[in-house]
Formats: sequence, structure tokens, C-alpha cells
Amino acid sequence: MRRILSCLLLAAALVPCAIGQNELKFYLRSEPKTLNPPMVADDASETIRYLTGGVLLRLNRQTQRLEPELASAWLITHGGRTITFTLRPAVYYSDGTPFGAQDVKYTMEQLMDPALRSPTGDAFRSGDGKMVATVRSPQKIAITFPQPVAGLDRLFDQVAIVSSQSPKHEMAALGPYYVSDYKPGSYIYLRKNANYWKRDAEGRQLPYIDAVKLEIQANRDIELMKFTRGEIHLINSLDADYYDRLLQSSPAKVHDSGPSLDSEQMWFNQVAKAPIPAYKLQWFQSRNFRVAISLAINRDDLCRVVYHSHASPAFGPVSSANKFWFNSRMQPLRFDQQAALQFLRQDGFQLSGGQLRDREGHPVEFSIVTSAGSRARERMATMIQQDLHAIGITVNVTTLDFASLIQRISEDFNYEAALLGLVNVELDPNSQMNVWLSSSEEHQWNPKQKTPATPWEAEIDRLMRAQASALDDRTRKRSFDRVQEIVAEQAPFIYLVNKNSLVAVSTLLQGAQPVAVRPQTYWNIEQLSLALESASNAK
Amino acid sequence: MKQLRTAAIALSALLVLASVAGSLIPQFDYARQDREQVNAPAGREHWLGTDDLGRDRFSRLLHGTAVSMLLAPAAAGIAMLFAFVIGAAGGFAGGWWERTAKTTIDLFLSIPWLFLLLMVRAMLPLNTAPATSVTITFLVLGILGWAAPARILMARAQGLRRSDFILLARATGVPSWRLLGKHVMPNLRPVLVAQFWISVPVFVLAEANLSILGLGVAEPLPSLGSLLRELETMLSLRTDWCRFAALAMLVLLVSSLQFAISRREVS
Repeated sequence: MRRILSCLLLAAALVPCAIGQNELKFYLRSEPKTLNPPMVADDASETIRYLTGGVLLRLNRQTQRLEPELASAWLITHGGRTITFTLRPAVYYSDGTPFGAQDVKYTMEQLMDPALRSPTGDAFRSGDGKMVATVRSPQKIAITFPQPVAGLDRLFDQVAIVSSQSPKHEMAALGPYYVSDYKPGSYIYLRKNANYWKRDAEGRQLPYIDAVKLEIQANRDIELMKFTRGEIHLINSLDADYYDRLLQSSPAKVHDSGPSLDSEQMWFNQVAKAPIPAYKLQWFQSRNFRVAISLAINRDDLCRVVYHSHASPAFGPVSSANKFWFNSRMQPLRFDQQAALQFLRQDGFQLSGGQLRDREGHPVEFSIVTSAGSRARERMATMIQQDLHAIGITVNVTTLDFASLIQRISEDFNYEAALLGLVNVELDPNSQMNVWLSSSEEHQWNPKQKTPATPWEAEIDRLMRAQASALDDRTRKRSFDRVQEIVAEQAPFIYLVNKNSLVAVSTLLQGAQPVAVRPQTYWNIEQLSLALESASNAK
Repeated sequence: MKQLRTAAIALSALLVLASVAGSLIPQFDYARQDREQVNAPAGREHWLGTDDLGRDRFSRLLHGTAVSMLLAPAAAGIAMLFAFVIGAAGGFAGGWWERTAKTTIDLFLSIPWLFLLLMVRAMLPLNTAPATSVTITFLVLGILGWAAPARILMARAQGLRRSDFILLARATGVPSWRLLGKHVMPNLRPVLVAQFWISVPVFVLAEANLSILGLGVAEPLPSLGSLLRELETMLSLRTDWCRFAALAMLVLLVSSLQFAISRREVS
């Protein structure tokens, strides 16, 4: 009896251990807003979509090239208006429902439904008119858009194909995992999709990891603590402070994948109707003033002090991490306060007694607003304050809660300068159309213009539209390279740094090859495996 | 107990005077960033090391203590003024005045003050110098922090209004303004003073709360609250002891003030 009891206890102890060893755990920093793939707009939902969604084409995050997934072949015709996919046969959703061209048609119709307002669908909206999806056979479909869509095939990396027949609708998954359990505010449990179509070179079904547990945890201290204890396997985005701490204790677990796509930048308010003094608006609208400020900021110090050298000075809208679209001809901006003063003198500014004054005698003073609670931005603003003090400019740093900040910069325009970051998820410049078009709401320095306020903004509008309608990537790149040059010359955004992609990966997680592009650590989720070691060895 | 109180008052005064005097010495520059000596340990050049921007921590502690300990009493003074006008006067006047004052106090007590502070702060002009900004922050704290002392003053004033000696004075024809000045005020003074001293650490801590959220004193000016931000993450627990200097100063000051307040006055 005692032996049976011992065996039972041993079995009870071993079962969760075995499950735990093949269960990948990491944290989502917020609650996913949706599990419906076409409606994904936030980072947490994107994680679920990436892990569960089956896509026709997948962008390889390492090579930054498109690879076939559910579509074995594809062809773009009719001047970029039509894309024809040949689908893989014998593919099934997680609930056993067969996958076919009808599902692609259904997904695209959902995506382009104006009533649904799908953020993913927005990228495909090239002009007035309807998208037409024609099923040519169960394994072939042609999708035609009213106008050419630039970078059309790359957009399908974000399109998770939803079943048209499954009673589970969007919860039936074609990706490596499916949502097995969801406890709002607590966790999301993903189990391996037994019908997943991919096999490894030896014919074994992928993915190797049986389950993924995503707990919702916003506190980064707790995330770090759990990681160091071996209770979670990865941290997808680390702050520089935490990175350095982990580097000291367990150097094998942290990875600096180099510059990410994200940038930190400041800009001046150039909105004509902004409730700021006219003379200040005049400063902010002057190219010389903006370039002078840009030259007077020591970006190397920002990278070294704020990001502990885990960042690179930024001087344009595209990070060097974006291998194809980065304009390599652009020269890094040098820190030169004398050159800055020369630019200012050209506009009639004079430095006397340590105070810079404009030609009417106004002392040069402005405020920079940034988001409260972001230590990195507050530190950057304080360093900029000292850098500009050296050329006689007084800067007042104001931190605001995020809602107040957005109200000021997007609705009231009651601010002078702002320091914020831009998160770039996609590589294609089309994803930045909302930033560069002068009519856009996200054209932060002067949004919603009826006609471009300056010739260079008109030129950017023209070039962005040109690249969006061109089909050849080289032609598109020429246009977008020029956009980058104009932005560097005019400095509407004063780019400060490109943060490095810093991640932490447990030594138990094998096959991880962290990259700079999201999702940095688990982009090759199906190739990842967990070593069968005791969790304590990972610490 | 009296000796402890005297020692606490002396320690508070010493800390405040030392910080104010020290902050007037140009050598202790709280804003200068030595970017080659970021997070430097304590040494001859930097007695408490440097912060994450290479600023001398000791200089910042001196200025921060001076800022907090000069402005918190000012804010407490403003709060006492409001508390007296609304609470004590309402309680003494009685009737409609008392009901209005009571409703106003209840209203202010029921408002989540942190959100109100955030709202007020968001409406302030952005382009204000750090010194103005910190003054405004404490001013707002004072304007919003009167309700709790006002309720206590009101209760005391109500008691006085119903007391025999006031009834006797009224019966003998002493006018209301004279009653207030000659009889009520002297009797309210101990409560007012006690409430003032209780409010000072409350405002220091309130500013610290705002600063922890990044919404307190504007950079580069330090305050005790903003200096505590060095301890906001778990990482700070494993670093050098100098980071805890601001916390130690805050605990020391708040404790001294608590000891300095007479228990008799509070009760």
C-alpha cells in the first residue's frame, strides 16, 4: 500500500514537471484587445495572431525576405492590382475543417469590409472601388484591388486566414498553436495545433513545443524576477538597465540584436493655428532653427548615458535595421554646437550673455513635453536641456500623463515641442504613409493640412504617393530614399536614437535566433524547442 | 517625552537649515551633468556619488530637501488658511454657513485627490521654469489639501460655539467679530498649529507621490520626491547605498516632524 502511494505521489510530481518542461512561458505586457485576426492593432493581440494565425506568405524576420507558407506560389499581375495564390493542398484548421480558396476569399472580404474597419485591411485600401476575390479552383484564388497596391505580397504577412466554414470561426487556427484557454486579466493558454501542416527535415510535425502560456503582466520588475528564477523563458523587449543587470548575472541569456526599427524623436509644433506666440511659431517653422537644434544635441551621449550604449544615433526616418529601405547614402549627423549657432545667426538669432535672443529680442525658450513615467525619455529631455543651454536656449521639460499629452499634441496643439517614440512594426514605407502625407492626422508637426504648407512637404506627398503606386521595388526605393533625404534636410522630426533590440532568452529554449524585427525572439516559434533539463539548471 | 520633542525639533531645524544653507553654495550645482561619471560611487569628488545623468547626488539632496522643506510648509500654510476660513468660520457661524461648509468639505474629501492633481497639473501652462513649476505644484497641493484639517477645525469651532463662555459672551452683547478674534481664535490656535505640522509631511509625501509618477517637480530641479525616483525599480535594491540617501532624509524629516508635534495638541 505504501509503495502504491509512493508511486502515485511520484507520478503526480512528475506529470506537471513533464508538461511544464514542454510549455513555453512568457509575459504579455497588456491584455490583448482582440483575438479576431482582422481587428488586431495592439502588440499583445499581434502576439496571439502571430502564434495562432496561418498566413499565405511569411516575412522571414532574419533575412527580411518573403517565404511561402499556406500559398506555395504567388504571382502579381495587372500592374500590381491582382495577386494570384496557389494554395497548399491537404491543409486543415485546428478543429479539422479543411482549408481552401474559399477561406482566403472570406478572409479578404472580411478584411475589406468597410463596416468592420479592420486595421489590417487599411493597408490594402489603395483607392475607391471594391476588392474582388475570384476562386479559380479549391487551391487557386486571384484577388484584384481597384488600384495598384505597392508591396502587395508583403502585406499578406499580416493576414491570418480565417475559416469560412468552421463553427469556431476565427478561433479555428491554421498556425502552429490555437487558443485553448483564456482567462481575461490573467493568462492565455495556447496548445499545439495537431493539424499544423509543417514538418521538419526529418518529417516530424512542427512545432516542437507543446504549449505556450502567456501570462498578462505589465510590471517589468516582476517579469525580470520571474525570468531570473527560470519561471518564464523569454523577455521580448528589455530596457537597457535590465539588460545590463542580466548581462552581469547570466550573460548567456541576453542578446543585443543591434538597432531595432523603433526610433525616439522630437519635433516642434508648426501648426499655424496653435495657441503659441507668433514669434515662436516663426522659429519652429524655420528650417535653420530646427537644424540648429538638431546639431546642438549630442546623440552619442544620449545613446551612452540613457541607453548604456545599447542604441545608435538616429538621423533619419528609417533605422539601419531595415536593410532594404534604409538610405545608406545618408551621412550621420555630427554634434556641432558652433555650426548650430551659425544656422541660428542666419535667422537673426544672437547669443549674448549666455542667452540666445531672436532678432526682435525675445529670449529663446521653449518647453518639451514628454510622457510621464518614461525614464528614458525624461533623461533624454534633461540631457537635451543641458545641450541647448550651452547655446543659450532655455528648455523647460514637462512630463504629462499620456492622455493629456495626446490631447495636446493631436487635438489642442497646445505645446511647443514634443519628445516621443515611434514604433515601427512593418518594414515597408507604405506603413508610414500616415506619418508623411501632409493631410494625415499622424503628420505630427502639422497634421491634417488641406494643402501642403511648404514646398518640401508637397514634395514628400508626391514622392510617397509615387512609391505607393510604383511596382518595382527599386523605383519605390528611389522615391523613398529622397523622402529620407528631405526629412534629414528639413528636420521636421529631429531623430535622436534608434534603440537596440534587447532580449532575454532562457538557455533552456533552443533554436532561438533573436532578431531586431518584431517578434524578436519567437519569430521562428515552430523551430524552437525546450531542453529537457530541470528548471533549476536554467537559473 | 519633552526632551525627545525638543531633539526632534532641533534635528528638523538643523536638517532644513543645513540644506537651505548648502543649496546657496555655488559649488553644489544640482543641474550640472558630468556625463563621463554616470552612476559613480561615493568618493571625494562626489560624496554621495552621481545619479544616472552624472549629477552630484549630494548637491541634489541638499537642494531637494531645501525645496521640499520650504515649500511644504508654505503649502500647509495655504491649506490652513482655507481650512480656517471654510471650516472654523463655518463651524462658528452655524446655520446655512455651516451646512455649506460641511458639504464643501465632504465634496473635497470624496474627490480622488491624485486624479484631481493630475487634471490640474495637465491644465497648467507648459512653459514654466522649474522653480515656478515646483511652486505651482505645492500651491495646488495646498489648495486641494485643506479639507481634512477643515473638518477638524469645524468640529472644534462647533464645540466652542456651544460652550458656556461663548454663550455668556454673546449674552453680554459681545459682537461676533470680537468673539471670533478674542475668544475663538486663541482657542483654535493649538489645533491649527497641530494641523499645520501634520500637513507638512503629508505634502512632502504627496509631492513624492506625484514625482514617482513623473508628474512632480520639473527637471532639473530636485525635490525629495523626485530624488526617490532612483528607487523606483527593483534594480535599485542591489546598487550602492547612496541611492537610499533621499529616502533616509525623507524618513528622518517626517519622523522628526511627527515627534515634534505634541500629542496633546493633536488630540
